[in-house]
Amino acid sequence: MTIAARADFSTIAGWVAPSARVLDLGCGDGSLLAYLRESRGVSGYGIEIDDAGVLASIGNGVNVLQSDLESGLAGFDDQSFDSVILSQTLQAMRHIEELVAEMLRVGREAIVSFPNFGHWSHRLQVLSGRMPVSKSLPYQWYNTPNVHLCTVADFDAFCETRAFHVLERVVLRDGERVGLLPNLLGSLAIYRFRKR
Amino acid sequence: MTEQSDNLMRGTAGSVGIVEAQRASFDEPLALSSGATLPAFELMYETYGRLNAAKSNAILVCHALNASHHVAGVYAGRPDSEGWWDNMIGPGKPVDTNRFFVVGVNNLGSCFGSTGPMSINPATGAPWGSDFPIVTVEDWVDAQARLADRLGIERFAAVMGGSLGGMQALAWATRYPPRIANALCIAAAPNLSAQNIAFNEVARAAILTDPDFHEGHFYAYGVKPVRGLRVARMIGHITYISDEQMGERFGRQLREGIKYSFNPEFEIESYLRYQAEKFSEYFDANTYLRITKALDYFDPARETGGDLAKALSPAKARFLVISFTTDWRFSPARAREIVKALVDNRRDVSYAEIVAPHGHDAFLLDTPQYHAVVRTYLSRIAT
Repeated sequence: MTIAARADFSTIAGWVAPSARVLDLGCGDGSLLAYLRESRGVSGYGIEIDDAGVLASIGNGVNVLQSDLESGLAGFDDQSFDSVILSQTLQAMRHIEELVAEMLRVGREAIVSFPNFGHWSHRLQVLSGRMPVSKSLPYQWYNTPNVHLCTVADFDAFCETRAFHVLERVVLRDGERVGLLPNLLGSLAIYRFRKR
Repeated sequence: MTEQSDNLMRGTAGSVGIVEAQRASFDEPLALSSGATLPAFELMYETYGRLNAAKSNAILVCHALNASHHVAGVYAGRPDSEGWWDNMIGPGKPVDTNRFFVVGVNNLGSCFGSTGPMSINPATGAPWGSDFPIVTVEDWVDAQARLADRLGIERFAAVMGGSLGGMQALAWATRYPPRIANALCIAAAPNLSAQNIAFNEVARAAILTDPDFHEGHFYAYGVKPVRGLRVARMIGHITYISDEQMGERFGRQLREGIKYSFNPEFEIESYLRYQAEKFSEYFDANTYLRITKALDYFDPARETGGDLAKALSPAKARFLVISFTTDWRFSPARAREIVKALVDNRRDVSYAEIVAPHGHDAFLLDTPQYHAVVRTYLSRIAT
C-alpha cells in the first residue's frame, strides 16, 4: 500500500500515544489512519461523508463510518477516544464551535490542523486586492470548499477565549518547522489541545 | 461440458452458470428458542465457487423474507430461474466466486424444500401445517451452523445478508464468535420497530382470517389461503419501496381512465395485485406467518435490558454495515444503532450509507457505490 503522507502526518503521529484510540474526522481516503496504524499501532475510526472517500478508506483497510460531521458526533460516547483529529478539514466546516466542543466531549485531546491564512504570501495577495491562491489554498474564491479560514493568531485567540489548554503547537512550511514569526512564515498549523 | 465453457457458450460471463440445489439431512435434534425441539430436519442449500484446502474462503449468504437457497445462477433448462442475488454473486462480481466459496441456505420453516410447515410431520404422517414450531433467527443460525459442520467449514470468511439476512449475520457474530471472521449486515436493523411489527401483524391478520386458512391445516382441504397471502404481500411490498420511487414509477397514472369501480384503475393498484397474485402462487401462508414472527422476535438486546452494546459484546467479527437513504422499513438510523453498539465495543466496523432512491429493495439492486463498497471490503478479506 502506498500512502501519500501529508505534511502534518508525522507531527500528528508524534502526538498520538502508541496503541491509542483515535477518531479521524473527515478522514478522506483513510490515509492518516492507515499511517497511524502502521507507525503507531493505533486503532479507531474515520468519519467521512463523501462516497469516494468511504470507498477509498475501506480499500485502505481503515474503519470508516459514513456520516456528516455537521450533524455532530452523537454516535460516540463521552471521552471514548484518546485523540480526536481534524486534519486540514476545519476550514471547510460550517459549525466550528459546535464541532470543536464535540471533539472535546468524545476525546480527551483534540488535534487540529489547518492552512495558515496569515502566511505572508496570502497577506500580499490580499494587499494587492485579490483573494489568495497558494499551495496550501489551491482554490479560487468561487470554487473553494473553505468557508472558515483563519490565521495562527486567530486560532490562538479562539483557544484562549474558550480556555482550552494548548498542549502543543507546531507551524510548518514545506514540511519544516517554523520557529520565528510562525503566523507570517508558516503555511500549515497543527494544534494539540484539551479542556482545562 | 464444464460450467465455465457452458458460461462462455451461453454468453453469461459473470454468472455462476448452471447450479443444482442440494439437500442435507440432520438427525440430531435441534432445540429451538421456543422450547420445542425438532427431532430431525433437512436444509436445502447451493454452493458456488470452490472451497479451498484450508476451508477458509467460505461465505454464507442468508436470505430474507421470501427468498431461498437459490442465490445465484440458473437451473438447467430454466434460463429465467436466476438466483435472487445473482447481481452480487458470481465470477468477477462483488462476491467473487473465483475467490470465495459461497453457500446459500434455505431456512427452517421455509417453503422451498428445507423442513417447514409443508413437510411431513413424522409423528402424524401429515404435513406439519400449524403444528410446525415457531422458529427464530437464532434457530436458523443454529441450523446453518450444522450445515457448516457438514461442509467442514469451521469458520466463515464472512456471513452476509440483507434485511432479515443481515439480522442473521448479526446473530452469527454474537452466537458463534469464533466461527465468523466478517459480518456484512445490509439494510438491517437491531430489531423491528412498533411500526414494522404493525405491518407484519396486518399481513398475518389477512392470512389468519382467510376462510381457506383452516387453522393452518389447509393442505388437507386442498385449498390455499391465497386471498390472505395476497393482501399480506401487498402490505409488505408497499414497505419495500420508497414513496419517491413509487411516485416516479406509477404516480397517479390510470390504466384506462376513471371508471367509478373497485377494479384496479390506478397503475399502482394493478402492479400490487399482479405482484400479490404471483407471490401467492409460490409462497406458503404458514411460512409467511413464521418468517414475520421471526422478524418480530429478533431483538438481541432483549436479554440485556435493551442495551444493544452489551448484547453485541460477544461479537469478535469485523463488520460492514450498509444502509440505504430511502429505506423507511429499516432506516439508516436503525443501522447506525448497530454501528454505535459495535463502536462502543471497540469492534472493527465500517458503515456506508448508500444514496439510492429505491427504498428497502435497494439491497437487491446494483447501485454502483453499494456494489463497489461490498467488492472493496471483500477484496481485503483474508482467506
